[in-house]
Amino acid sequence: MRVLVTGASGLLGGGVARALRDRGDRVTVLQRRPSGITGVSEVRGSVTDPAAVGSAVAGQDAVVHLAAKVDVVGAWDDFVATNVAGTSLVVGAARAAGVRRLVHVSSPSVAHAGRSLVGVGATPADPDHVRGGYARSKALAEQVALAADSAALAVTAVRPHLVWGPGDEQLIARIVLRARTGRLPVIGTGAALVDTTVLENAVDALVRALDVTAPDGVHGLALVVSNGEPRPIAELIAAICAAHGVPAPTRRVPVPPARLAGSLVERGWALRHRAGGSDDHGQPPLTRFLVEQLSTAHWFDQRETRRLLGWTPRVGLDEGFRRLAAAS
Amino acid sequence: MTRPAPGLPAEVRRWSRFVRTEDGRRWHLLDTHPDAGHPDTPTLVCVHGNPTWSYLWRRVLAAAPDGWRVVAVDQLGMGYSDRTAPRTLGRRIDDLDRVLAAVGVTGPVALAVHDWGGPVGLGWASRLADRGEADRLLGLVITNTAVHQPDRPAPGLIRLAWSSALLGLVTRTTPVFVRGATALSRPGPFSSGLPREVRRGLAAPYRSAARRSAVTDFVADIPLEPDHPSRPVLDAVADGLTRLDVPALLLWGARDPVFTAYHLADLRRRLPQAELHRYPDASHLVVEDVPDLAEQVWRWLRRVTGPGSLAATDDDRRPADPPGSPHRPPHRPPHRPPLYTLPVRTGAVPAGGRTDRPGGDDALVVVHPRGGRTTLGTDALADRVDRLATGLRAAGVGPGARVALLVPAGVDLATAVFGCWRVGATVVVTDANLGAGALSAALRSAAPDAVLGTRSTLLAARALRVPGRRLRLDRLLDRPAATEALDPGVDGRADAPLAEAAVLFTSGATGAPKGVVYSESRLQAQLDAVAGLLAPPGDDGRPQDRLVAAFAPFLLYGPALGLPVVVPAMDPTRPSTLTATALADAVAAVGATVLFASPAALTTVVDTADRLDPGRRAALAGLRRVFSAGAPVGAALLHRVHALLPDAELHAPYGMTEMLPVTDVTAEEIWAAGPGRGVLVGRPQPRVRVRIAPLGPDGRPAAGADLTEADLTGEPEVTGEIVVSGPHRKSRYDRLWVVESATAQPPGWHRTGDVGHLDADGRLWVEGRLAHVITTADGPVTPVGLEQALERLDGVAQAAVVGVGPAGTQQLVAVVRVTDDPPRRGVLAPPALATAVRGAARAAGPSVPAAVLVVDRLPLDVRHRAKIDRAAVARWADRVLAGGSARLDW
Repeated sequence: MRVLVTGASGLLGGGVARALRDRGDRVTVLQRRPSGITGVSEVRGSVTDPAAVGSAVAGQDAVVHLAAKVDVVGAWDDFVATNVAGTSLVVGAARAAGVRRLVHVSSPSVAHAGRSLVGVGATPADPDHVRGGYARSKALAEQVALAADSAALAVTAVRPHLVWGPGDEQLIARIVLRARTGRLPVIGTGAALVDTTVLENAVDALVRALDVTAPDGVHGLALVVSNGEPRPIAELIAAICAAHGVPAPTRRVPVPPARLAGSLVERGWALRHRAGGSDDHGQPPLTRFLVEQLSTAHWFDQRETRRLLGWTPRVGLDEGFRRLAAAS
Repeated sequence: MTRPAPGLPAEVRRWSRFVRTEDGRRWHLLDTHPDAGHPDTPTLVCVHGNPTWSYLWRRVLAAAPDGWRVVAVDQLGMGYSDRTAPRTLGRRIDDLDRVLAAVGVTGPVALAVHDWGGPVGLGWASRLADRGEADRLLGLVITNTAVHQPDRPAPGLIRLAWSSALLGLVTRTTPVFVRGATALSRPGPFSSGLPREVRRGLAAPYRSAARRSAVTDFVADIPLEPDHPSRPVLDAVADGLTRLDVPALLLWGARDPVFTAYHLADLRRRLPQAELHRYPDASHLVVEDVPDLAEQVWRWLRRVTGPGSLAATDDDRRPADPPGSPHRPPHRPPHRPPLYTLPVRTGAVPAGGRTDRPGGDDALVVVHPRGGRTTLGTDALADRVDRLATGLRAAGVGPGARVALLVPAGVDLATAVFGCWRVGATVVVTDANLGAGALSAALRSAAPDAVLGTRSTLLAARALRVPGRRLRLDRLLDRPAATEALDPGVDGRADAPLAEAAVLFTSGATGAPKGVVYSESRLQAQLDAVAGLLAPPGDDGRPQDRLVAAFAPFLLYGPALGLPVVVPAMDPTRPSTLTATALADAVAAVGATVLFASPAALTTVVDTADRLDPGRRAALAGLRRVFSAGAPVGAALLHRVHALLPDAELHAPYGMTEMLPVTDVTAEEIWAAGPGRGVLVGRPQPRVRVRIAPLGPDGRPAAGADLTEADLTGEPEVTGEIVVSGPHRKSRYDRLWVVESATAQPPGWHRTGDVGHLDADGRLWVEGRLAHVITTADGPVTPVGLEQALERLDGVAQAAVVGVGPAGTQQLVAVVRVTDDPPRRGVLAPPALATAVRGAARAAGPSVPAAVLVVDRLPLDVRHRAKIDRAAVARWADRVLAGGSARLDW
């Protein structure tokens, strides 16, 4: 099978591209930076560039679309350009090129309006109520992708939840950095149950999704993917810190003040950003989005996902942490 | 034309139709099959009252099974039917007959009625019978209504509405009556009333004064006075009902200020065959208040109309009734022989030789906590019983009367129970620890004819609004026994063993207290079963054992089995007040060989054992058998009791208020078996059958809501609901048809609501309550085995395993009380403990707790302080693990 993987410079995209390559698929990757993956055709460019997308999609049987702007803060226009317009571009090119199947990689945050998600399935993307530019743009992107589902092009949206593993620049590195610099408090009791996905399992799930997506198979729907092993958020963070030899956070902040502080910081950050502050200022100490992520439950009903994908997680949480420690 | 407005549910508007009858009246009705269909199609006709309309029955229509038509009419002047001049009850019955003919209801028919739809609908049923069409009647579903008014003042609200000064004002010119009647509905003590859309729906046709006029007229036609024009018709309806031999189901909201316990009792008198479910928290609008009422209506109709079905759930009579035969209990016998075997009654005792019995001088000994003791010989106890019986008879208490007992455990309780049985009355017994609210609810649900108590408990009964005449035990005892007055015609009629002997209330540890009815024969069978736990009779044919009853109910087994019994110096309502010293003194008092005690009592005994002097230590060694009763006993406690009483055999029988004992096991067997999936409770007692209804992935029995014998298995290692049978199971639940029909399954069995499995040796292991089964994505998980595994860990004193999240995809949560001080802050277990807990769980099964939480106490049941309220733990864990407050709710 000839498969295009967009966003292959990322942790998950790279993993998917390698897994497909290893099983004998002819893989093309599309991203701005060099992917560093051997044995694949590489197209360098942005998903916002019609020419780059067009040439990458041409001749493919299938597309796994991961390229996205992932950030806690940022300008809305940037999110729209990469996540919404980019997806639109990829979907349009795929349809034009006669691609038969598309796996759109989404995020559970597209349906997360700030309240706890307790054992729910993949509820519809809700751009009007989700929190933050990332989630809103990804919600719109998922709608764009699923709207393209047709007899000619089968589309499945997969929402891996909090993917982590060795080499992760997003979740793990930020937690470790914040913990090391004392900018990661325990919010509330730290007991909110949060499910995550070990990298290998997310890769497996995406490969399975690619295989089962078909007009007469799975298509036109969104599936949340996770390990199905939720843990209290403080326990997860402590385990990640332990794997990196960093002391776990102990400073506690009650939820309501934290929420307020996050809200204020977020606004302040946005103002500074608008006033011409450089992108290199890094991440704000606390955002409302982050506070909600750290103080509400989000774990998912995995039965439908596992049944439709014919997939179960291969690497358990404990094994995942062992590998993380070994790699750090 | 006024028709159901767009704001009403789509279904209601779909069923809505208008029909003109031959007298030119236009009727509105809801009809699931307006084309009438085959004439033999059974039809359920629903008749609403005042001031509701057919909307009331929408859920009944929605739940109708295939093969049934449902027609709910709006009575003339009501709902969306024509407004008319005032109509009398008689004319309304004519009206109903006419409209049913007009819509082609000519075949078999069942009726559902509410409020003043009762006299109309039931009047029509009587008319069918009078016309020789009684065989068309399939069944009557009767919700809060009446066909007879007492000559005493009418219910306050109705009287208020009726009184002429207020009549027009209240009912026509203001919507107070319409709104007021719906405001009467309170689906529960904590509910604020009906949902807004339902209140609007009920009031929808009554928006203007003109449209409310029939409400006024209806109220005016309520025959409160004996000389009211409609009174003869009402009386005829009432008489007709008494003659109807049709299956009936009474679904009754107990919080109804209009139709009260008086009206319920009247209906039951007229329809002795009726099944009854009394909803303690439902109000006048019981049809609205009980969400699954429609489901229950159809469940019952299926039973009375289905092939081979049997409406009757009275277990006592089941074997005698061929399937499908109409069920009607026999009338109460005027006299029946007493249950107990006190020698005065059995004839086993030669005249003048009453003391020539084991325990003749010390049939009942009560050691008083403040010193001294009461010792009653058989003669003295029998004399007290006879004196009370004489007093009860003089007070008019006789066979069939229900007597609630509010007397202290000890001599008074024994006297009261046996005295009531002596005159053929039914004892109503609750647990003193229930708490005022539950106690009041329990006693009111049993509707006792009399309350027997002491001066102070009778005052309490008044505060608890317990119905029934007040009888003071000490006053009734205040006259000599007149046994000859008690004896006439004890003829042992064939149905006497079926007569109700006791209503015992469940503790409420596993739900709201439920009344459990035992007939004489079932209680006798229970005595036999308890006797089976004791030493076999000696060479002289006499029982050998002498009992210590540290658990109040067991003191009754002594006199009933003819064994001496001693109540130790303790507060019988607080088992944990039994000290080792008090126990030793009690043992010494009668040379006791057997102890019945709850785990709480045993705990205090071992805790206080270091204060025993050598003499008392020696006395304790006289105990041959110790039965832990009333709650599950922990492994650690068994070891401690064994250390104190090394020569006694420790037993932990399993049973419930509905059937006791089911199984028995000794501590040696438990220790030999080692840890397993649950608590080993041993082998079924003689004549007891134990089977398993295997669980499906949803954690409920896979066979569905109604079990047959084919759904039960005796296969080892299959986990499911524990289903038991034996001659000493309960007769039925009291006035709880819904519970009875859901648990007396298969016929002749009792569904315990516990889950467990049998092992290869035929022994039963209890794994928890059905309601506490956790349904993970990998299948159901039962809590007890896992909890035991956790409690074996160092540092864990007590554990509860519960599920959080939606059924079918729940996550396991372990909530533990630790032996050391809990962590100063937070609820998350320290990493080492969490790791240990998950390791133990992994060794015990496939599912690992998502979270391990630490608390300084777990919620326990009020009675025994032994059963963990897992439902409360689960609610708390759900909140904490969603990021909410960790403050304990208990």
